[in-house]
Order: sequence, then C-alpha cells, then structure tokens
Amino acid sequence: MKYVDEYRDGAAAKRVAEAISREAASGRTYHFMEFCGGHTHAISRYGILDLLPGNVEMIHGPGCPVCVLPVGQIDSAIRLARNPDVTLCTYADLMRVPASGRSSLMKAKAAGADIRMVYSTLDAIRIAEAEPERQVVFFAIGFETTTPPTALAIKAAAAKGLRNLSVFCNHVLTPAAIAAILADEGAGGVKLEGFVGPAHVSTVIGTKPYEPFAEPFAETYAKPVVISGFEPLDVMQSILMLVRQVNEGRAEVENQYIRAVTRVGNEIAQAQVADVFERRDTFEWRGLGEIPASALKIRDAYAVFDAERRFAMDYVPAPDNPACDCGDILRGVKKPVDCKLFGSACTPESPMGSCMVSSEGACAAHWTYGRFRDGQRKSA
Amino acid sequence: MCLAIPARIVERLADDMAKVDLDGVQKEVSLALTPDAGVGDYVILHVGYALSVIDPAEAAKTLALFHEIGELGEAAR
Repeated sequence: MKYVDEYRDGAAAKRVAEAISREAASGRTYHFMEFCGGHTHAISRYGILDLLPGNVEMIHGPGCPVCVLPVGQIDSAIRLARNPDVTLCTYADLMRVPASGRSSLMKAKAAGADIRMVYSTLDAIRIAEAEPERQVVFFAIGFETTTPPTALAIKAAAAKGLRNLSVFCNHVLTPAAIAAILADEGAGGVKLEGFVGPAHVSTVIGTKPYEPFAEPFAETYAKPVVISGFEPLDVMQSILMLVRQVNEGRAEVENQYIRAVTRVGNEIAQAQVADVFERRDTFEWRGLGEIPASALKIRDAYAVFDAERRFAMDYVPAPDNPACDCGDILRGVKKPVDCKLFGSACTPESPMGSCMVSSEGACAAHWTYGRFRDGQRKSA
Repeated sequence: MCLAIPARIVERLADDMAKVDLDGVQKEVSLALTPDAGVGDYVILHVGYALSVIDPAEAAKTLALFHEIGELGEAAR
C-alpha cells in the first residue's frame, strides 16, 4: 500500500537504529514520551523497543481518548442509552470500556439498550434520517483528529433540520494534556527529555500549538517536540531527531511527518470546529484529574443538538477500580507490568481498566505485542 | 482512535463526497475538510473524512532521508 509499505522497510529501520545507537552513546539517558496511543501501538507492534539502545526509554503518554475518558462519562452514556427513546451511536472502541458496577456499553446493549457501533458520524446521520421516531445520540470522543467530523455532523443536522440527532460531546484537547503532563513533571512526576508529538492530531491543528512547550520561559517547558508519523520508520526517525536535539542542547518543534502536516494545519477543519464548539471551563481526565480548558462543549448556537441539554444530563464522577493503575500509567509514572491486575484479572477479553481496551492503550499494546519480551530486553 | 490511513481518490461525487481506493477496497468518504483534493491525490482518511492531502514531494524527502541516514552510518565506519 503506497505511503505505508515504504515506511515499514526493515532494512531502513536497522540503519536508523544504528544511527540512534551511535548518536545516543553519550553516557546520558533519554526519556521520551510518545503522546499518542497510535505511536504506543506502533512501538509495540513493530518491536521498536528492541531496536533502541538501553539508555533510550520510551514512556507511554495519555493520547488515547478511550483511555482518558473517566468512568463517570461512560456511566452517563449508559444512563442515556437506557432511555427507551434513545439510540446511542458510538465508535467501537468505547463498547468494552469498564463503567461503574462492572457495567459497560457492551453489557448495556446485551441487556436491551439500543446501542449501535458506527464507523463515522456520517453513519449516525444516516440512522437519524432513516429512523425519525428515534432520538439518535452520537457519543463523541476523541482528540482534535476526531473533532472536525463531529462538527460537520452537527452542521449537517442543522442544515437538514434533523431534530432527532444530538451529540454527547467528550472531545478533548492535546496541548492541554501535554501541559498537564509537564505540570505533573514539575510536581515530581515522570521526567522527560522530549515528546514524540501527534501525527493525525497535527494534520488538523498544525505544529504551531506545540511551540510554547519548546520555549525556555519555564524550566520544565523547554522540551524538544518532534511531530511524527505513525509508521515504524517515522517513529524511529523521530526518536533520532529527539536524540539529536538533546545532544545539541536544542528544544524545538520539528516536523518529521512533513508529508501530511504543516505548521498551520487544516484551517478549514479548525474553522468548522471553532464555529460549533467552545472550551469547557474544566474537564475530568482519567489519570490526570481535572484539567482547565482541556475539552470542548457545543456552542449555544447549536444547543438543540447538544445531548447534555436535550436530556438534562448530569455528570456524576465515579471512582476507578481501586486496584487498577491506569491513572499512573496514563501519566507515565508506571508501566503496564507494574499493575498487579495486568495479564491476570485484566486482559483485552475482560478489561478492568481502560488502558486494556483500545488497541492503542498502553496495556493492550503491551499485552498483545510486548509481554513475552519482558526480561529479554537488556536494561541500561 | 486517531488512526488514519492513506487512501487514493478515484472519483469525486456530489456534496463533497468522493470514492476512494484503499488497497483495492472502495469506499465513499467526505472531502468537506479537504475541498481542493482531486482524483489521484492520496488523502489521510479518518472516520470517513479526509483530514489532509499527502504531499508527494515531502513524502519523497522523508524516504530519501532514511537512505541518507544509512549512508552517513556507512561513512562513519
């Protein structure tokens, strides 16, 4: 497949790996966070850790929307889906996320709730058009990548006068989460020398929003950021670019994914999002807690399409399973194997925590591709 | 969740829609976010919407860089 296969070339990966080993042989250690679950998945799936020297450590970040959605929001969606008038449309990743009382959307569906998995907001529109007697609610989650399609669906519903479609908006913002990770580092959290920055989020927002993180106005903020594609060679090259920045004492935003990302991003998408959404004052993230201005809500102009208002939804916070370490894993302070539930009580077939659900969750990626590698990899 | 794949536009349809080819599988997607994309262009496809158009020249530059890294390695030996 064009633009995929050539970025998975094993021989080229070996050469990049040799360059990383050579240039990282400086006696120091390098801790880089890959923000995105997509990178976590690629690093695990293609065995990139095996190609890195022991002093280059990759730390999984919170960039997995399924993982960071707090239990309380899943509970809200389940309550909504139990309304007999409601058809809840959701991306498939959310179906198995554990909710309170050992429930999940999957279990609610099995118990009779009308919950349907969709590939696109376009499908939710089709369902709303085909079944005008149903109250169709789209359960919207995701970072900046996934937000423009939701904005377009709301505008399409407005244009078509589709009054039986609404959106339960849980869209979150990447820069706010990076800022929270850096604030956590300042408060004794995981120490980082740089970030592998988002691929597809950045197609939308561009590389400009990351520039404050590379600025030296506060000690914890002067971090190298390399925006990286999701293919294994992209990730390897980005790691090399980060090693070089650290070695040269630079902290800059560099763009490895130049074939799809520009500095300004997709301005049409940004305008659509700005038209439909505005920032919430605060939003709860699993693992990171309340983060100010870190999520979006639907503007008053589109209030009739806001499920929270249409169904007078109340947010009730709910605790995570106390034995689950997802919170610490999402902040990078623990690894999946540090959790006592990993691989015993918690597996992708019956997840206890959200990081074991999505294929890009740190625990699911490690379970699927990395668990036999533990103990084989030499440490620094 | 943010996973997206390169898809080739084979036909433009009404209402900013297009038919794309994904390694032999054809699918109808929205070009509302990339209205300038044309037949033959590769787009980054995410949940039924094209988010950006792949720049072939920049893609070639990245590939060239992978080889350059290798050559530098050989030269250093």
